[in-house]
Amino acid sequence: MNDKMSPLAMASAGQAPEVTVSRDIIRRGLIVAPLIMVIAGVIWGLTGAWSAGLGLALVLMNFGLAAALISWAAPISLALMMGVTLFGFLLRLGLISLAVFLVRDVSWVSLPALGITIIVTHLGLLFWEMRFIAASLAFPGLRPNAQEYPSSSAAETP
Amino acid sequence: MEAIAQLIAAEMTPAELKNNAAAASAGYAYGLAAIGPGIGIGYLVGKSVEAMARQPEAAGMVRTTMFLGIAFTEALALIGFVVFILLKFA
Repeated sequence: MNDKMSPLAMASAGQAPEVTVSRDIIRRGLIVAPLIMVIAGVIWGLTGAWSAGLGLALVLMNFGLAAALISWAAPISLALMMGVTLFGFLLRLGLISLAVFLVRDVSWVSLPALGITIIVTHLGLLFWEMRFIAASLAFPGLRPNAQEYPSSSAAETP
Repeated sequence: MEAIAQLIAAEMTPAELKNNAAAASAGYAYGLAAIGPGIGIGYLVGKSVEAMARQPEAAGMVRTTMFLGIAFTEALALIGFVVFILLKFA
């Protein structure tokens, strides 16, 4: 590493761990999707089930888009990654707002079900994934799949 | 300012005033709920960039924890957004 080079001029090449993490989260989200829709259906009826499906789709899209943006920007430069992360936050909030505004008056959408599903699935999937990642970072020897979660990847100058 | 408030109050029914106040409050709630996570994500990513520059060999681990941190911070904004849609539309 060149000591005189600004950290923002560097790039982080190598594997993209956030893509692996988000792929894991999306896979788990799809696995629990029927269960979440059934629970929402029991509480709010059929509209609740459809709303829960929509909420889950929004959450999974949010994770996927965040990972895609970071993994696209990081190999180019860390400065771009920082900008893309912040504007990506704005973009993703805007997209979620737009999606909810578009369906707010639709007959098959229940807003309480949609809102609660967004919060619960977002946090639930994160905690689920965090347990796995915390274990694999703290105890590399216990890592179920060493290729999926590299403990390091080189940051390179462009 | 008071004169404007009186003028508005004179031309609006109490129900309209209540609706307007609810809409303004919901907007403030969403806006304030988005500011905190915005600052948090900026700080988090800035520190992550520092960490990656200091220890390039740990970049993979830093990016993993950074991604999780971003998602957790963003949950606050999502909670604010859900409160907003429930106040405004439900």
